[in-house]
Amino acid sequence: MKEILEFIFVYRHEIFIIVLAGFLGIEVISHVPSVLHTPLMSGANAVSGVIIIGGIILVGHTDLSRLSAQLVFGIVAVFFATLNVAGGFVVTDRMLEMFRKKKQKQEHQTR
Amino acid sequence: MLQPAFTIGSAILDLSYLIAAVLFVIGLKMLSKPDTARAGNLWAAAGMLLAMITTLLLHKDPQGLLIPFRNVMVILLVISAGTVVGWIVARRVKMTAMPQMVSFYNATGGAASGLVALMEYGNSGNTSLLVTLLGIAVGNIAFSGSMIAYGKLDSKIKDWFSPVMKYINLFMLLFIVTLIVIVMLPGVKGDVARSLVYLLFFVSLVYGILFVMPIGGADMPVVISLLNSLTGVAAAMAGFIYGNQAMILGGILVGAAGTILTILMCNAMNRSLLNVIVGAFGARESIGTNSGINGVMREITVSDAGILLNYSQKVVIIPGYGMAVSQAQHVCSELDRLLTQKGVDVRYAIHPVAGRMPGHMNVLLAEAHVPYEKLVEMEHINPDMGNVDVAMIIGANDVVNPAALTDPSGPIYGMPIIRAHEAKNVIVIKRGMGKGYAAIENLLFYNEKTRMLFGNARDVLQKLVEEVKTM
Repeated sequence: MKEILEFIFVYRHEIFIIVLAGFLGIEVISHVPSVLHTPLMSGANAVSGVIIIGGIILVGHTDLSRLSAQLVFGIVAVFFATLNVAGGFVVTDRMLEMFRKKKQKQEHQTR
Repeated sequence: MLQPAFTIGSAILDLSYLIAAVLFVIGLKMLSKPDTARAGNLWAAAGMLLAMITTLLLHKDPQGLLIPFRNVMVILLVISAGTVVGWIVARRVKMTAMPQMVSFYNATGGAASGLVALMEYGNSGNTSLLVTLLGIAVGNIAFSGSMIAYGKLDSKIKDWFSPVMKYINLFMLLFIVTLIVIVMLPGVKGDVARSLVYLLFFVSLVYGILFVMPIGGADMPVVISLLNSLTGVAAAMAGFIYGNQAMILGGILVGAAGTILTILMCNAMNRSLLNVIVGAFGARESIGTNSGINGVMREITVSDAGILLNYSQKVVIIPGYGMAVSQAQHVCSELDRLLTQKGVDVRYAIHPVAGRMPGHMNVLLAEAHVPYEKLVEMEHINPDMGNVDVAMIIGANDVVNPAALTDPSGPIYGMPIIRAHEAKNVIVIKRGMGKGYAAIENLLFYNEKTRMLFGNARDVLQKLVEEVKTM
């Protein structure tokens, strides 16, 4: 019991952020129209590439002069996370580009 | 986790994380409205770029040392490679391959989280063991699960279901939890603990595979949004290890967004999440009840169908996965334009779980230049279905099955459906006599108002277009 309370005490800031961010996320995303389900999912997917910060910190403070598991897997992690970030945002942008074009087109037609 | 001493660099770094976090929130908020969605995506991307740059330049290890120049160069090299590959693939991929693309990028994010957490295990300064272990497990499940989902969406992997899977999966999950608890025990240290952590790494990978393997078809949207949410949680766990607020907030935001979508998808099928994960549609075991089916399917010729559509006032098109499979969206949009020119009011009724990912039909039709104002959500179109002259169903099945309303013993009872049967006429374009994903007969096909047009959706629609052109 003491350990649990100690854990909560040591990480109180992080736990605060987690709980509040959870509520924030639910608040921000609720009532999204189904037209945007895919782009929203894809955009959120790109944001989850934020793990790239962890990858940068990991590889950043690794000794480059010798080949270690940390170096190899760290580099793999940074590469994967970059795919997630770059690919995710670009794919989302492409989808949304389609939605927008259609709207302008229709405006022309109705004029 | 040590509290770093105050320096101007650290203060700027923390400030940039705060700005990045705010940009994530604003970006996601804007992504949930059609008019601002594209800008929102760019704001979120800007937040990510900012956090990446400041981390590279300003992050300090516990000894207060910045990232050495050589390491910065290595990281920049890797990031450039990843950006080029990710960018090119994302630009080149066909819009119809979007679901698998999203799954694939989700997998890479999960893998990165799992690897970072594994590497941080046992590093001095990392005191948050529980979070590290959770990061490893969740990241890996998201990775291997998403890869399987990718394979399924790309038709590389088939659904594989056996009743035993339920128990195996339950066992695997318990095994993962047990491993985490054992590693946490005070007496477990050194090499023993390290081997157990590696075991956890691999067991989580295997569980991800087994967990997605039996799920398929109409349940895919649920699984994809769930996996998306897991990747977010894994990133947040890794953020916890570093005490990095931008990572925690970004990850949890994604986790929450994914959870909401998952719940939406489950509600759209009137099933619980547990039922989707464990059940893999109970209907597979008992081939539905054929209660109340007496009658035959009536066919219609293409020219009669053309006449019917041409002289209607209100037409509602109900697309399903069959439209995606046969790539019929472009010719469907052509038919829509033809009819609209002739004064027919054409709209599309979109069921939330039509297709293989949340919003799949919307993306597909947007690609075919259908204005999104024409896409009407199920709950908005249903009250008007009685006034519709023709409901044309293209490759959808369970989402229009009236058995969901009338047959309490059926496996899809209670699932919200598009009330196509209330329209004055129903045309069903369908490849063959086969059943839908839930493997039950569709009462609608035997309805007196219903006419069947058998064939590949694209071919049939092409013929319809030519027919309508001549009128």
